[in-house]
Amino acid sequence: MKLAIHVWRQSGPTDAGRFVEYHPDGIDADMSFLEMLDTLNESLLARGERPIAFDSDCREGICGACGMMINGVAHGPSRATATCQLYMRRFQDGAKICVEPWRARAFPVIEDLVVDRSAFDRIVAAGGYVSVNTGSAPEANSTLVPKHDADGAMDAAACIGCGACVAACPNASASLFAAAKIAHLGLLPHGQSERNRRALRMVAQMDAEGFGNCTLHGECQEVCPKQISIDTIARMNGDFIRAGCRGGPEGSRGGGG
Amino acid sequence: MNLASRIPPGPLDSKWDEHRFAMKLVSPANRRKYTVIVVGTGLAGGAAAATLAELGYEVQAFSFHDSPRRAHSIAAQGGINAAKNYQYDGDSVFRLFFDTIKGGDFRAREANVYRLAQLSLNIIDHCVAQGIPFAREYGGLLANRSFGGVQVSRTFYARGQTGQQLLLGCYQAMERMIDEQRLRMVTRHEMLDVIVADGRARGVVTRDLVSGKIEAHLADVVLLATGGYSNVYHLSTNARNSNATAIWRAYKRGAAFANPGFTQIHPTCIPVSGDYQSKLTLMSESLRNDGRVWVPAKAGDTRAPRDVPESERDYFLERRYPSFGNLVPRDIASRAIKEVCDGGRGVGPGARGVYLDFSAAIERLGVRTINDRYGNLFEMYEEITAEDPHQVPMRIYPAPHYTMGGLWVDYDLMSTVPGLFVAGEANFSDHGANRLGASALMQGLADGYFIAPPTIADYLATNKPKPISAAHPAVVSALAMVEERTKKLLSIRGKRSPESFYRRLGKIMWDQCGMSRSREGLEHALRQIPELREEFWRDVFVPGTGVELNQSLERAGRIADFLELAELMCIDALHREESCGGHFRVEHQSPDGDALRDDDRFAYVAAWEYGGEGSPPVLHKEPLTFENVTVTARSYK
Repeated sequence: MKLAIHVWRQSGPTDAGRFVEYHPDGIDADMSFLEMLDTLNESLLARGERPIAFDSDCREGICGACGMMINGVAHGPSRATATCQLYMRRFQDGAKICVEPWRARAFPVIEDLVVDRSAFDRIVAAGGYVSVNTGSAPEANSTLVPKHDADGAMDAAACIGCGACVAACPNASASLFAAAKIAHLGLLPHGQSERNRRALRMVAQMDAEGFGNCTLHGECQEVCPKQISIDTIARMNGDFIRAGCRGGPEGSRGGGG
Repeated sequence: MNLASRIPPGPLDSKWDEHRFAMKLVSPANRRKYTVIVVGTGLAGGAAAATLAELGYEVQAFSFHDSPRRAHSIAAQGGINAAKNYQYDGDSVFRLFFDTIKGGDFRAREANVYRLAQLSLNIIDHCVAQGIPFAREYGGLLANRSFGGVQVSRTFYARGQTGQQLLLGCYQAMERMIDEQRLRMVTRHEMLDVIVADGRARGVVTRDLVSGKIEAHLADVVLLATGGYSNVYHLSTNARNSNATAIWRAYKRGAAFANPGFTQIHPTCIPVSGDYQSKLTLMSESLRNDGRVWVPAKAGDTRAPRDVPESERDYFLERRYPSFGNLVPRDIASRAIKEVCDGGRGVGPGARGVYLDFSAAIERLGVRTINDRYGNLFEMYEEITAEDPHQVPMRIYPAPHYTMGGLWVDYDLMSTVPGLFVAGEANFSDHGANRLGASALMQGLADGYFIAPPTIADYLATNKPKPISAAHPAVVSALAMVEERTKKLLSIRGKRSPESFYRRLGKIMWDQCGMSRSREGLEHALRQIPELREEFWRDVFVPGTGVELNQSLERAGRIADFLELAELMCIDALHREESCGGHFRVEHQSPDGDALRDDDRFAYVAAWEYGGEGSPPVLHKEPLTFENVTVTARSYK
């Protein structure tokens, strides 16, 4: 394939950054998008130039390390696909492809296509868990979980933390990310005791990190590689409002919703 | 070198309980005085870091990822075993123990494996309490499925994303401790050396992957949970950045490396499609519950799969292994697949593939049920190959997947370097010469949640380490060595990329130290690898500097270590003159191609000690004794 790849190059957080055009050789339609970038990087290396920095690891769509804007769409043109599982056969021969990092105030660029997503970890740290110490759990089957609830929890828990939802959102909101965790744990009996506190704290942390608010554009669910639904955001809002009525994190009484 | 396995005395089923009582404790008030460094935040490392923090130790965890949620444990698809016997199909702790010992071809320690089977029960309880959304029956109870090498259903799963869900459980437990400021998480830092001072592990040297800064971190005990080394083959199912650097550095500091040649080649992966390929994608073993493996009965049959009538298909696993059928263990399935392909009956490009066919299952169970079970795997397959497995059978071929070998550890998971503990795939402990499916998650979590925390406490209570100064000569010299090596990689300025060496190493290892091995091939590899290594250090080109984000430098350092580890793997594979599990020596096979073990000569763990620069490694043997199972030829017929 012959392609014109316009890649965002930025040598560090303080560099202004710019697009650079490349015409990589030896691109095959059966390559993954990241293998195309690997091939381009090998040719840059052969010329003694600095390769394009980008994060990736599992290359099977589950670790969430990779992610870039491809022609203005987070993770590119294939639905329900992380960048590592996008294949070049999705592009026309001769195509111009524009590659950029996630862009959001809360995701500062480190270099080229690598951004700092540690804000996501801090949102989870604000309550995206069940507080259970190792060794203290009762027998697993002592609590029944209706299949429907377990399936719904799994749908939300499938989030890979890639950040595409933030990159796609006109407000750079992290609502889908936070809501997925809130919905996952809120649908299970094990997550009930901390449900109110979780919603209040995670939403507060999201604001503190500089993410925008949700205005229900729905762009996030369109690009989500795991097809997490914005229904989870409705659940989060419900939990948040209910928790607020109960007087804040410390005023949480009983099991919530 | 002292290979004391420290297996507690007494009957098998009470060893762990007795040992737990015998181990010393650190009182709650004293725990915060001890610093524990955990390297790697996959299942084993994440579980250990969270648990040790809950207990009150000062814990620092390091990962080269941007977040502790990304380790390769996340990619485990099929499930996690536990001897709950919820299906009432004859399972028990002893049966899980027996299956694992047999599956490992009688090359693992009985005491370790029995403890693993016992702890499997606690793991499921704990993970359910954490909110892991395991699959459920309509009545709300936990669901199970079957995996290879067993005749019961004991595998717990969360769709095809079990590893992800379990890792997120560890991650969330860690984040809770981070939030409470009881755990310090250091991301985007790669461990490049272990600090061994006065004979004990006292810290690590890391490189900050963003700024390039090289630093020493000091502690009272170090736990490595840095995963396996399948990426020595260049192409494997492992994540792109999975590497052996941490355990290799530890080896060079005195930790024995056990059974380095025991590697697992997983039978069901998507075949290689071109030279550019960056990794191989696994198709979960769970697919063999419903998929049937076959090839055309005649060599050179190029008809489309649907045009080959039933009578002209060879369901070779069902034919050769009627009791276990398509669910034979991985080593056996992989070898059988290689044999039919070597015999010219393979399918697809280059005839390196066999069919994994779901048409019978779809007919029997309906598309919906099949999609419920494997939907995400079918989508993944279609995305990669542009073929829909509902319509056309999958094509699969074996690929390197897991390494049973790793750093030698005693019953307490401590290496031969006092104070250096090793957990998860990074150690060698429980899987012998072949790992059964859905047992890696079990072992990682058993090590991390339930074994390392009390054994580390015992080490601290027994040894009461005194604070170490940053000016200690061992710290200064470890820092200097890392600095020097980084400078050296950057200063060669040769003509060839790190990747080009890596590809060549991978080919040598796959050809000579892969699914089948021979004296001749291994000796050939042992001539080629040092030459390649020498060429690497003469002609590699690493661009940029050491004081910035430099992914080429990271990769070059890891490849340099693989170039050394590969040699040790071949030495080990050459010395083991028998076939067992994943280690198949062509010289040692039965007339119908089954592995022939030699229990008289090789019923031992081969623990290799670093012999110093330019000197061969030294072999130490830990004999394996079996008091609770009868050692037999492994049969799945």
